[in-house]
Amino acid sequence: MKLVSRYIDRDGTGRVALIPENPEDMWHAYNLISHGDTIRASTIRKVQTESATGSSSSSRVRTMLTIEVETIDFDTQACVLRLKGRNVEENQYVKMGAYHTVDIEPNRKFSLTKACWDVVALERIDMACDPSQNADVAAVIMHEGLANVCLVTGAMTLVRAKIDVTIPRKRKGSTSQHEKGLQKFYDTVLQAILRHVNFEVTRCILLASPGFVKDHFFEYMMQWASKNDNRMLIDNKSKFLLIHASSGFKHSLKEVLADPAVTSRMADTKAMAEVKALENFYSILQTEPSRAFYGLKHVLKANEGQAIDTLLVSDNLFRSQSVEERKKYVKLVESVRDNGGIARIFSSLHVSGEQLMQLTGVAAVLRFPMPELEDEPLDSDEDSE
Amino acid sequence: MTPDSSPLDLALVCRQASPLGRVMVANNLPRLDAASEYVKERGGTKALLNLVVVGHVDAGKSTLMGHLLFRLGQVSAKQMHKYEQESKKLGKQSFMYAWVLDETGEERARGITMDVAQSQFETESKSITLLDAPGHRDFIPNMIFGAAQADVALLVVDATTGEFETGFESGGQTREHALLVRSLGVSQLGVVVNKLDMVGWSRDRFNEISARLGAFLRQAGYKEQDVFYVPVSGLSGENLTISSEPKLTEWYSGPTLLQAIDKFRPPERALNRPVRFVISDIFKSVVGSSGCCLAGRLESGMIQTTDKLLVMPLNEVIQIKNIAINDNSTGSCFAGDQVVLTVSGADLSDVSLGSVLCDPSQPIKVTSRIQARVVIFNVDIPITKGYPVVIHYQSLSEAATITKLIAQIHKSTGEVIRKRPRCLTKQTSGLVEIEISRPICMELYKDYRELGRFMIRASGTTIAAGLVTSIM
Repeated sequence: MKLVSRYIDRDGTGRVALIPENPEDMWHAYNLISHGDTIRASTIRKVQTESATGSSSSSRVRTMLTIEVETIDFDTQACVLRLKGRNVEENQYVKMGAYHTVDIEPNRKFSLTKACWDVVALERIDMACDPSQNADVAAVIMHEGLANVCLVTGAMTLVRAKIDVTIPRKRKGSTSQHEKGLQKFYDTVLQAILRHVNFEVTRCILLASPGFVKDHFFEYMMQWASKNDNRMLIDNKSKFLLIHASSGFKHSLKEVLADPAVTSRMADTKAMAEVKALENFYSILQTEPSRAFYGLKHVLKANEGQAIDTLLVSDNLFRSQSVEERKKYVKLVESVRDNGGIARIFSSLHVSGEQLMQLTGVAAVLRFPMPELEDEPLDSDEDSE
Repeated sequence: MTPDSSPLDLALVCRQASPLGRVMVANNLPRLDAASEYVKERGGTKALLNLVVVGHVDAGKSTLMGHLLFRLGQVSAKQMHKYEQESKKLGKQSFMYAWVLDETGEERARGITMDVAQSQFETESKSITLLDAPGHRDFIPNMIFGAAQADVALLVVDATTGEFETGFESGGQTREHALLVRSLGVSQLGVVVNKLDMVGWSRDRFNEISARLGAFLRQAGYKEQDVFYVPVSGLSGENLTISSEPKLTEWYSGPTLLQAIDKFRPPERALNRPVRFVISDIFKSVVGSSGCCLAGRLESGMIQTTDKLLVMPLNEVIQIKNIAINDNSTGSCFAGDQVVLTVSGADLSDVSLGSVLCDPSQPIKVTSRIQARVVIFNVDIPITKGYPVVIHYQSLSEAATITKLIAQIHKSTGEVIRKRPRCLTKQTSGLVEIEISRPICMELYKDYRELGRFMIRASGTTIAAGLVTSIM
């Protein structure tokens, strides 16, 4: 993302102009824009004109529109962001108050005006504009019969292909069906890799599986590459990294990212930091249960006691429709930082963020035990879900 | 570790012939009474028993069973000679017996079992279906699949100095396997103390291993009278069918392995319950052009050729063309049998592992959300809500999330200790809600014991065993 201009007043109102460049920037934009913001961007509008004789014709025009955002749609797979809202600025083609839907397009400037720019939003801009955060990694997690081809970027984990086939088991006296099935499975995975992984931008490709599936597959792939003279695979052979994982399900990616071989190969990316932070939370929950809490109520109580050392928050909480709700979490983050704690905002598209989201979305590791919290019941509103 | 108590045992006793058990099938003939049919057809033959062989990696499971099969004449001398020559060529002669069961090229090259191998043999009074499970930790899903089909189990341990300890200490598979097998409903266990020749048939070593394992197995929920210990050597074949080694006979006068296996008691079969057949393998039939083969175990009821059954969760009716047990066609099969069914009628490319064939009038439940009682094993990290896990159920493994911790309950009494706990730590027991990533076939534990059990694993370790208490 490129930051073009930024005018933010002391009181928090202001305008920021940005140019999104890649799919990940769409995700950042999605997290920045909330209900009630105004956005100004170039867009295409279908305009109907009526001539003097009464015949009407319609044409599509490109124009700059400013709308007040009402609904925000984001497609995680295609990374497309669509904003719907009413026109709030006089325009040659569009009446005031008319509805329009803006697609945020890559490499086109948009400017965003918020009534209140909070810490979380500003931090998001910094993060989005930091090029060092861009580390593209592809991961293929598999076990016999199941493979997930994922792309892991700074803020997102996207499953590009999921291959789920049934491989016949070995039978007494005949293993040919098993081997044939396996061959077919490998072939499908290989095609998925070729289709979805861009070898030019990907820094490394993780092949992860239990047992020998990964070795077997790697061997198969390289044989295929030399047979078909696929330069792309042969030239990038060194980018492949074989890692152990316990299963082929997506959440095993967590183990893969925590593997020391991966850590040394990749820079300290956000995905890995998140995995580590969550792991730390769980290990403290096991050893010192009175120092690890989750659920908004417990975490707020702990914050009142200035006890929070590390706060884990899922970013979906900041995308809340209600301003109140959003403010509540922003305040929590601010106050934790004021007290010298660390607040980590997890991306809900990563596996660790997904897990945190299930775990009420907020969790905290405390500086000192607060056993009195343990006896308090969890939030009542969680009861009803 | 014993999640079950006796009253539920009665639920499966075959006496439960309800009128619903006799369903009108498509050919408009009333279904025969399975129990009497069973007596008629199987009355004179040996009782069937499914035996799973488990144990730490390299304990010698495949070699032991391969050698036993050879001794019993299941493998011809010619075949054995071939294996011997071939394994010699690879410089792995000690694996020659294991090759009887490890058939894929990869298993042979690496010298480890990767998938469950199935074979048959007979003892004096039993007909045994042997399931040789892999011992390596990465293949535990396969081992769970094998154990879920078993009635009884053999736990193979390596008696060599140091080796037994590695397998038995935490991180070794001896413990995990013993717990898994118990949680999957196997109550009779034979401990085979293998490679005792490596320590000079030492009686002290045998006693030491028996004592250490005995204490652990008792704790794991095995009854003392249901566990036996046999000293053997899988490679030399000592004490498999006969014991001749003077160093052993000097102090050991107990049964040989074969005699010990013969002493296992066959479990009660749920013959008169509605049909439940869990598919564990799907492949094209080798003989005959059309048709698809489904392999698996019949959990309850009986199936005859021309029966029409429902495939769940696909919800399509298929017709049974042929039933084969151990490659021999038969007209019918009964609860507890390992069979291969040739079927026709539905598009079977959609059938996945873990699908269930069932009685069309009483189909199995399909769900993606269950409530279950779980027993947490020795885990490093506690279980909270939102915890991503893999659920292993029969031949199926599927990603799942623990969505809610309802209560922590007392391990043996079932009393609620704490409502809505923050987390469940090791060695505790709880009531949880689980959401599975896609709908699967499940039954309540109280209805079908075998079909109501599942295992939960995360990051390569088994973290809990569960019983389905309600389906939502």
